[in-house]
Amino acid sequence: MSQYNQPVATSAPATPQPKLSLAARLLLKHGRKLVIVLPWLWLFMLFFLPFLFVLKMSFAESLRSSPPYTDLISWADDQFSLVLNFSNYLRLFSEEFYIGSYLQSLKLAAISTLICLLIGYPLAWAVAQSKPSVRNILLLLVLLPSWTSFLVRVYALMGLLNNNGVLNNFLLWLGVIDRPVEILYTNVAVYIGIVYCYLPFMVLPIYAALTRIDYSLVEASLDLGAGPLKTFFQVIVPLTKGGVIAGSMLVFIPAVGEYVIPELLGGKDTAMIGRTILSEVFSNRDWPMASALAVSILLILTLPIIWFHKHQNKQTGAKA
Amino acid sequence: MNSLPAVRSPWRTAILITGFTLLYAPMLLLVIYSVNSSPLVTVWDSFSLRWYVELFHDSKMLKAVSLSLTIAVLAATTAVVLGTLAAVVLVRFGRFRGSTSLAFMLTAPLVMPDVITGLALLLLFVAMGHAFGWPERGMITIWMAHVTFCTAYVAVVISARLRELDRSIEEAAMDLGATPLKVFFVITLPMIAPAIITGWLLAFTLSLDDLVISRFVTGAGANTLPMEIMNSVRRGMNPEINALASLILLVVGIAGFIAWRILAHKEKQRVRDIQKAARG
Repeated sequence: MSQYNQPVATSAPATPQPKLSLAARLLLKHGRKLVIVLPWLWLFMLFFLPFLFVLKMSFAESLRSSPPYTDLISWADDQFSLVLNFSNYLRLFSEEFYIGSYLQSLKLAAISTLICLLIGYPLAWAVAQSKPSVRNILLLLVLLPSWTSFLVRVYALMGLLNNNGVLNNFLLWLGVIDRPVEILYTNVAVYIGIVYCYLPFMVLPIYAALTRIDYSLVEASLDLGAGPLKTFFQVIVPLTKGGVIAGSMLVFIPAVGEYVIPELLGGKDTAMIGRTILSEVFSNRDWPMASALAVSILLILTLPIIWFHKHQNKQTGAKA
Repeated sequence: MNSLPAVRSPWRTAILITGFTLLYAPMLLLVIYSVNSSPLVTVWDSFSLRWYVELFHDSKMLKAVSLSLTIAVLAATTAVVLGTLAAVVLVRFGRFRGSTSLAFMLTAPLVMPDVITGLALLLLFVAMGHAFGWPERGMITIWMAHVTFCTAYVAVVISARLRELDRSIEEAAMDLGATPLKVFFVITLPMIAPAIITGWLLAFTLSLDDLVISRFVTGAGANTLPMEIMNSVRRGMNPEINALASLILLVVGIAGFIAWRILAHKEKQRVRDIQKAARG
């Protein structure tokens, strides 16, 4: 303590400086508010506010002009009129194409998340059980692919899954198949793509949860006669539930809105919602429809997002 | 508390080998075919660096690289400032009006699908353009969009570090009469410096990598590197992209190696400290 005392004590009387500029005085007085307002305002303006524009746009009507939509509120001949157009939402439920792309997105994302969990949990376990010196390297190796460009990883898969790509040649050589199977440009490629690209996001939270386990609980369970399987499912899995939820949400939520993977690896019929929104915006120039799609997918994802947010807070809060 | 013991089991080795093979094999293949002289990406011909040479003469790609790097540096720097402020506010200021909304606005971008964020920002910028005639869609709008989601990531990294820090040092300085500003710059900032560097690098890579959001908010002529890659890849595989991807992997590999050296060095120091403490 005495170390900190001396130097600060000598400088302390110097702090109330008599001549401060107006700016400095304002900063001192309102510094706290300023520090809060700056990040809050930025995020409010560029993260929250834009969603209100999406909501508003989803009730507009699409026009073949620039801008390609109608105004909701108009003021003409002393009359204030508000026109809400629900047809975009009605179309969502009546046109098979849109319902299909929702169901397909949710299905592809859910199954990929499950596969990710099935691969990611053992991998996280294997990394967590290594010697501390090796652990860091292994963890780095898990993370390294996610530092490279997402596009590069998807592109690498294109080379692997191609009709005359390495995977097909390998299977032919093994004699498992006698002619190349079509993998690229099918849903199978989309599953492989999502699992491959999002695996690090699954491994990391589970690894963090695994290293935080108090191992004496596991030992106690084993000592008291529970087998390794029972110990795993009744002690270790419940203790790492937080990591599993966080990891699954980190995979599932972005996967639902994924655009690059279905665009590059999927077939023409892989209509995932992200791809549909982009084509509404850029090819059809139907911004109101795209907005209605975005609003409804956001409603579907609200629950997982809030779940993730709560969990993230709990996890970081528990650490403090 | 006992942490997990290190276990030697054939299962663990098997899982690790399979896992890492699956993760790295596709990228290794990509590098191998980048030094292939054949224009067909899947047929091996002979060793050649011709695609690297062609890449360095592709002015469109080079322009995209410089635009992407510029945006990434600017966005990462701004995001670090905003993210640090946000993290300090969240961790050190306790509860205040708006603290819940700030916390939510900092975690939601982490999981928000890019397509939705992109569309939302596009509509905002179009509306702003109509109302004020600013901003013009292009580099500046991409920068603003990237700062927004990078801030969230930076805030996560820095708030994790802030929570680990011993608050008593800051409190001692405060008790001894240092102003909050002085405490921040003299005490807190040096202690969270590693997290700030990590946050900057994370923001930098995220900005370089973003395709979907940039695609939404960009204007005519401002094509970032991922957009150029996407335009080319959509037409099928292309050995020039293999060369470019290999270079990206090389850069990331070097960064990973440096990170590993730093980690190993820290680990060694930790072991040495423990030994020193044990000897008394």
